Amino acid sequence: MANAEEITGIPAPEGHTELIDTDYQIGQDNLEGKLGPFGFDVHNPVFMVSAVTIVAFVFYALALPEQASAVFGWLRPWLTSTFDWFFMTAANIFVLFCLFLIVSPWGRVRLGGKDAVPDYSYTGWFAMLFAAGMGIGLMFFGVLEPVYHMAVSHPLGTPSPFDADGNLIPANIERAKEMGLAATIYHWGLHPWAIYAVVALALSLFSYNKGLPLTIRSAFYPIFGERIWGWTGHVIDIIAVFATLFGLATSLGFGAQQANAGLHHVFGIPVSTPIQILLITAITGVALFSVLRGLDGGVKLLSEINMGIAALLLIFVLLVGPTLVILTDFGKGLLTYAQEIVPLSNPFGRTDDSYRDGWTAFYWAWWISWSPFVGMFIARVSRGRTVREFITCVLLIPSVVCVLWMAVFGGAAIHQVLADPAASAVKANVIDSYNPPLSLFALLDGMPLSAITSVIGVVLVIVFFVTSSDSGSLVIDTITAGGKVDAPVPQRVFWATFEGAVAIVLLVGGGLKALQAMVISTGLPFTLVLLLMCWAIWKGLKAEPR
Amino acid sequence: MFNTIMVPVDLRHAPAQAPAQEKALTIAAELAHSHAAEVVYVGVTSPEPGEVGHNPEEYAARLQDFAQAQSEARSQRARAHVIVAHDPTIDLDGKLTEAAAELGADLVVMATHAPNVTDYIWSGHGAHMAAHAAASVFLVRG
Repeated sequence: MANAEEITGIPAPEGHTELIDTDYQIGQDNLEGKLGPFGFDVHNPVFMVSAVTIVAFVFYALALPEQASAVFGWLRPWLTSTFDWFFMTAANIFVLFCLFLIVSPWGRVRLGGKDAVPDYSYTGWFAMLFAAGMGIGLMFFGVLEPVYHMAVSHPLGTPSPFDADGNLIPANIERAKEMGLAATIYHWGLHPWAIYAVVALALSLFSYNKGLPLTIRSAFYPIFGERIWGWTGHVIDIIAVFATLFGLATSLGFGAQQANAGLHHVFGIPVSTPIQILLITAITGVALFSVLRGLDGGVKLLSEINMGIAALLLIFVLLVGPTLVILTDFGKGLLTYAQEIVPLSNPFGRTDDSYRDGWTAFYWAWWISWSPFVGMFIARVSRGRTVREFITCVLLIPSVVCVLWMAVFGGAAIHQVLADPAASAVKANVIDSYNPPLSLFALLDGMPLSAITSVIGVVLVIVFFVTSSDSGSLVIDTITAGGKVDAPVPQRVFWATFEGAVAIVLLVGGGLKALQAMVISTGLPFTLVLLLMCWAIWKGLKAEPR
Repeated sequence: MFNTIMVPVDLRHAPAQAPAQEKALTIAAELAHSHAAEVVYVGVTSPEPGEVGHNPEEYAARLQDFAQAQSEARSQRARAHVIVAHDPTIDLDGKLTEAAAELGADLVVMATHAPNVTDYIWSGHGAHMAAHAAASVFLVRG
């Protein structure tokens, strides 16, 4: 006869949690069946409405390109300049909320129950956090942003170290250097990771501790109650799918253009649409292979490999140096960040619009529009951590690593620019003309072994896209399956392929820019959603044993 | 000849919806009787809440109830074994094969679908088990 002691295979007892008492059964609204030989198991309104809306927007962008471009081209800067105060205030609230949770007694609550054990080691966990969250951005902005903020965007009114004729102004150099790094660290440090941490914590808590499906709507149970299973919840999930897919597809389209520029720079391969289509197809193909290998065998493995290569490149740039100068700048940049974080976070009474609206508000809207995807992916791999450990690791450690990355690449680039401005390829591609895809290669060109490191750079750019694409496909698949993580394989194939196809169509037909602007615009409603999530987290945590 | 018979089960489906699984359960019970073997019902779940349970613990309780009900209805020795997989859709095949070895199963009886064109791209769970498990494998179609 069977008895409870004979059950084996569970890693650890899960302990007590406060499950939410709801009549909703996961999968009850799903359509399950077969389409020819392919099985499917999808959440009825969410899957269909998301897919149809995405196709409709692609058609709109292709059929009326000028109108779409005008509408979204106007909408994005209007939002970031009109609601800059809202984005910045909200981001400050997220940071303070996260820091409060670290020191509060609720930091002791464990995600997954009092006795849950972490599913992943620290190495695998960090690799996945980074690769999904901001890996590709580090590649493109690590060199560009510190140099740009040092010389062009004037954060907090800091004067440029160059005069109008491009000559150095010695008195301005030190402050501009420090501010260039601090202003960059501000965009890649605590604030973006706090945005991700809020979403990830809300989803982890309401899924692992409250027993609700792993989908965005679940975080709103304390606010909307049983209504989240109706259209209120459908709309939240649909916007999340919409923002994630278009965010990934437009990034993939632009990324292909940027990778093509890199390949042209390194190998002389022509910049052309067929090459970019080939790149999107290759990236989608590898992402497909990765999602079909699963979370552990594909996504985690690729993320770890990627982070390993990125770490080698970081060490190389640091050692080629000048090491001491970079390390000193890292210290000074970090110190300036600590000193200036309050003025930089202040949304009111500032005159540095080009930095505050053009960069900060844009970044916050961008991180927030990506937060459903990254937050949900982080939630998927974070079970078993305490809230304190979770926030510390999602907020503080990635911030430190980002700071180090920016300081090393940005510090080396600033050194190159200031040491010999006339000969600096970085200055030519960042200050004299704005050429983001080439900024990293411009830095590597000025270092030894540039033929090898540039190839590594191209490989990293491509693989970072793969790791975003595969984790994004997993997230979209889970949301459109009503929070089920065991939906049939063909659905993953569908979403990964669909994402590549949308990227190719927009690349060929135009519309990448318009739809990317639209994705960033979703940052506004999601800012409100995230603020509500903070309240829901607070309410949810209070009921948990700790 | 057989001492331990492993039967992978999918608790999401009612018996009427899963004729192949019902058939596999019956065949496993008959073989268990004739060989005086123990039946181990194996279920795979994820850490995330699913259709069968809010967490692995709840899933384990459901599988335990299932094993007990089967044991009583078919008068056989039976127990439950739960596998927690991060990504059940993909990890299922490997985890089931590992479980067969871990449990020391000398026979696996499992339901499988009729072959179709997708088997050329993704092999079915039963086919994977037959190709990779050291135990004998009895695949049952509905």
